[in-house]
Amino acid sequence: MSGSDLIDEPPLKRRKPFLLRRKTQRRVLPWVVIILLFALWEAVVRLFAIEPFLLPAPSAIFAAGWQWRWPILDNAWQTFMTTAVGFFIAVAFGLVAGVAIGSSTLVYDGFYPALIGFNTIPKVAVIPILVIWFGVGTVPAVITAFLLSFFPILVNVATGIATLEPELRDVLRALGASRWQVIQKVGLPRSMPYFFASLKVAITVAFVGSIVAETVAANKGIGHLMLVASSRFEVPLAFAGLLVTSIMGIGMYLVAEVVERRMTGWATRSVDGGMMAGQG
Amino acid sequence: MNLVDLDRVSLRYGEDDEGTLALHRATLQVGAGEFVAVVGPSGCGKSTLMKVVTGLCAATAGTVLVSGRNVVEPLSIVGMAFQNPTLLPWRTTLANVMLPLEIVKPHCKRLKRERAAYEAKARDLLALVGLKGFEDQFPWQLSGGMQQRASLCRALIHAPSLLMLDEPFASLDMFTREELWLALQELWLARKPTVILVTHDLREAALLSDRVLVMSARPGRIVAERVVDLPRPRKLEMTYDPYSVALVHELREYISSARSNAASDGK
Repeated sequence: MSGSDLIDEPPLKRRKPFLLRRKTQRRVLPWVVIILLFALWEAVVRLFAIEPFLLPAPSAIFAAGWQWRWPILDNAWQTFMTTAVGFFIAVAFGLVAGVAIGSSTLVYDGFYPALIGFNTIPKVAVIPILVIWFGVGTVPAVITAFLLSFFPILVNVATGIATLEPELRDVLRALGASRWQVIQKVGLPRSMPYFFASLKVAITVAFVGSIVAETVAANKGIGHLMLVASSRFEVPLAFAGLLVTSIMGIGMYLVAEVVERRMTGWATRSVDGGMMAGQG
Repeated sequence: MNLVDLDRVSLRYGEDDEGTLALHRATLQVGAGEFVAVVGPSGCGKSTLMKVVTGLCAATAGTVLVSGRNVVEPLSIVGMAFQNPTLLPWRTTLANVMLPLEIVKPHCKRLKRERAAYEAKARDLLALVGLKGFEDQFPWQLSGGMQQRASLCRALIHAPSLLMLDEPFASLDMFTREELWLALQELWLARKPTVILVTHDLREAALLSDRVLVMSARPGRIVAERVVDLPRPRKLEMTYDPYSVALVHELREYISSARSNAASDGK
């Protein structure tokens, strides 16, 4: 293309080269950051000749991860299932309790202080008690994951229902709607954005719960694997366990986010900015 | 026969004597099929009056009769619309309008079997207020005036015998408002429900209603009443003819005297 052609074209219409497009940059940038971080890490370890049992280089971590891939996968699956079970119990319980607490000021006043008190208990301190009750194994890990993750769900659902606009409630009540109908038609749909936002928090802390419980009282799972690895000074393997955990966490977070966008697109319309301009 | 009959109704918010007295011995009658407007200074308890009539708030004293029965719980024969359109953002316009059908007694059972018929009814109603083609849009895709029209349709879909409108046009611009006045009149002429319209706009009251009630400043009470003697259907120009202008002036007098009375009471 000659120079005179370019002048005739409107400059805005020209497409930028692939790597300079904003969309590509947003896709690529996270990976660039991660790779740069690993590179920096690798460089620091090599430059200062840090011992592998203090801080292994990423290359050593990946090598260990590949070498132990089957035990890691096996244990990761265990952790994943433990977390998932605890998390889904938390979702069910958090939804029901959230609706109950959010829809009745009496229940709210009665239970909320107790719940807050309960939530301030460090859950790690409960694990030994769970071990006394249920023995070493999967059950304490499931319960710990549940205990850590139900609270954010409950609080968010309760908030979503309790902050229902009075006019909206009046519209339904003036039609003779029962309390349950008001919750069903307005309260629940309205609290869904809060609910899905809380899922993202809950799934992350559920992983924390199950892994902490596994390091204290389990014979399987990533937490257990890391504990065993560090006691044998297989520090690269312990780090590989950490890496796998964070990958699982990110994966579940993304799933929660996709579900959130699908279910409650109406609530994030202003963020997406792709819709017609309405009022307010 | 009177559809709504309030006899010396008082309402105090809060549980003891220290709560705010919002209504004080308010008495009013509204006949079946009548269009009544309630005007008054701001904060005079107009919205409270609506809540008492619909049973959303229980009166502290006095009797509230609607179609001859004592109101003790929220009525199911009422359609309501407020200053905010209060449409549900996760429902389409059509689904929003059909919401009352899912709740009100005879309809909620039939809805499943006769969905198509009900849907056609909702579409007709939306077309009547000029929302044809917007049925499947979400509320936030509509302008404020269109949302308010949809809100009116929702209040009317189950053919309520009593329509309560709490400043439904207050947040709209003048042109949209005038347009909706005519739309409301058309809806009312087509179905003749009993309407109680709370408003700040005296022209609106004069144009739309059969009778205007003036409330005093808080604690609210009906202090004056004026019958609007204009033929139907009324046109926008009528708000500028001498009869209407005189009426609006008279109403304004009532309200400003109600306000100054309140001020001299030390409020």
